[in-house]
Amino acid sequence: MRSSRLLSPEKTIEGKLLQKFRGAERLTDRLAAVLIKGCAFVAIVALVLIFVFIGKEALPIFTSPEVRTEADLGKLLLPQPERGFVWQPVSERPAYSILPLLAGTLKATIIAVVFAVPLAVAAALFTSEFATPWAREVIKPAIEILAGIPSVVVGFFCLMVLAGWLQSAFGWTYRLNATTAGIGLSLAVIPIVYTVSEDAFSSVPQRFRDGSVAMGASRWQTAWRVVLPGASPGVLAACVLGFGRAIGETMIVLMASGNAAVLSWSASDSIRTFSATIAAELGEVVMGSPHYHVLFFIGAFLFVLTFFINLTGQWWVGRLQKKLRGGS
Amino acid sequence: MPDRTRLIGWLLQSLTGIACLIIVAMVVIIIGNIVIHGAGKLSWEFISQAPRGGMALGGIFPAIFGTAALVILMTIAVIPLGVATAIYMHEYAPRRSRLVYLVRLAIQNLAGVPAIVFGLFGLGFFIEFVGRGIDRAFYGGRLLYGQPAIIWAALTMALLTLPTVVVATEEALRAIPETYREVAYSLGATRWQMIRRVVLPQAVGGILTGGILAISRGSGEVAPVMFTGAAYFLPDLPTRLHNQFMELGYHVYVMTTQSPDVEKTKPILYGTVLVLLLLTFTLNFTAIMIRAQIRKRLRSER
Repeated sequence: MRSSRLLSPEKTIEGKLLQKFRGAERLTDRLAAVLIKGCAFVAIVALVLIFVFIGKEALPIFTSPEVRTEADLGKLLLPQPERGFVWQPVSERPAYSILPLLAGTLKATIIAVVFAVPLAVAAALFTSEFATPWAREVIKPAIEILAGIPSVVVGFFCLMVLAGWLQSAFGWTYRLNATTAGIGLSLAVIPIVYTVSEDAFSSVPQRFRDGSVAMGASRWQTAWRVVLPGASPGVLAACVLGFGRAIGETMIVLMASGNAAVLSWSASDSIRTFSATIAAELGEVVMGSPHYHVLFFIGAFLFVLTFFINLTGQWWVGRLQKKLRGGS
Repeated sequence: MPDRTRLIGWLLQSLTGIACLIIVAMVVIIIGNIVIHGAGKLSWEFISQAPRGGMALGGIFPAIFGTAALVILMTIAVIPLGVATAIYMHEYAPRRSRLVYLVRLAIQNLAGVPAIVFGLFGLGFFIEFVGRGIDRAFYGGRLLYGQPAIIWAALTMALLTLPTVVVATEEALRAIPETYREVAYSLGATRWQMIRRVVLPQAVGGILTGGILAISRGSGEVAPVMFTGAAYFLPDLPTRLHNQFMELGYHVYVMTTQSPDVEKTKPILYGTVLVLLLLTFTLNFTAIMIRAQIRKRLRSER
């Protein structure tokens, strides 16, 4: 290389080789840039494809006359003559009212959130404000372990063990019901609520706490009056994201809810959720039948719903960052 | 400060501690129950033999094999894709680029899509659209790829785990000091040379973390593979991309909910759950250890 520079670089063989080599390197560089940029698009493309392909299979509910005679939007949502709100997709006269499923989904989700949010937010507050280092060393890995348990294992535990305990404790008629499923779901919700709200608490600047303590507030008053309000958008985000997680979770409710599409207010009745309905019925459904399209419609609904819930959650996380930055 | 206020504060503070205790207790109870009931079942025979006697005897080797095959295929798809996405966002894209904003939004939302929706997508897109298309184009319409298969299950799972890999890789890229890049450029490296020789070797830990977390997630997730390739019982192991396969999580689900005699299959069931748990925990533990190393370095660099 040095010798080629002493001579005129374009004229020596080495110089020519070097130029060619440079050219090849530049080509590789361009190629890599294009490839890598292409890969970055995959996430966006995937999200669009999910929407398009699930929407495509859900569309016949609005467009195909054949499907609409059995299941159109009115039949899904409005009470039907003689039958009211019934989900019986495989009976002689199929009925596709999704209201019992909506009720089941809401019941399980609300129970899960009501159970998980106070526990997880309190635990997060403890970890960030009061815990000694060793207590932190226990609670953080415990949450990581909980988050790492596959949902099918949680469902298994609820079905085999927890359902029996709860039934003998409360004397329920049905072993598998909305409360069992809700408590099972809360196990999936706790890690996400904990993680997001703990992040929010620890992003509150230390000098807020110092100021509060300097004014004579106790540690609890500081946590309750300064840290919690300061981190409130983050805690709200945690609740919203937890809600989104609970609505979409499948295996736990599929195994622990009893899967009976009952429309009632009782928390001790069996329920059937949207996600569990898809999981239980898609395997045996005739492709292209009204039932098939209704299941995809439910899937599309779940997708859109969780999409907006997650956007809301992220928006609140953004609000938290803006708020704390603005305050500093 | 009045004593009463102090006392109430102290009580409420203890309540938050109790919330922590409850969570830890729940984790201990679940793990403990499974370990106590499942530990007796673990043996070399259990993990190396096929099931016999209507799932009441023998082992779960085909399910372990199927899960391993699934996550290997998934990893082959998700690692290059996820790493490239992270590299684009961190190394190529201009600051405050709109595209990066969109990609990040897509990744975050992809992470929030319910697993069952991925299953629907796998069926509607990979099997019905891509698979059927391949069959029509290359096999004269003979049904080969247009049905549930391990390749479609693996690709569906790859999409599900993509955010995990992207996030972990990005964290590792952030930990690489800017000076390393500047030095590489000053020596005349092209961007790609710099990435290949400097950034990628430095980011191996993060990529590994992401990959392991993805594998852990993929080996436990059931909903996405229910309709895209998993089967309850198969006489043969999957050898081709269009074969169906047995999966540990799916095995647990079917055995729990559809076993004709739960008492008889219970020991095997607990054993299977324990194997699945051990698998995911070992993976998670390894990933957490590597990640802790990276974070430590990130702190010391600053």
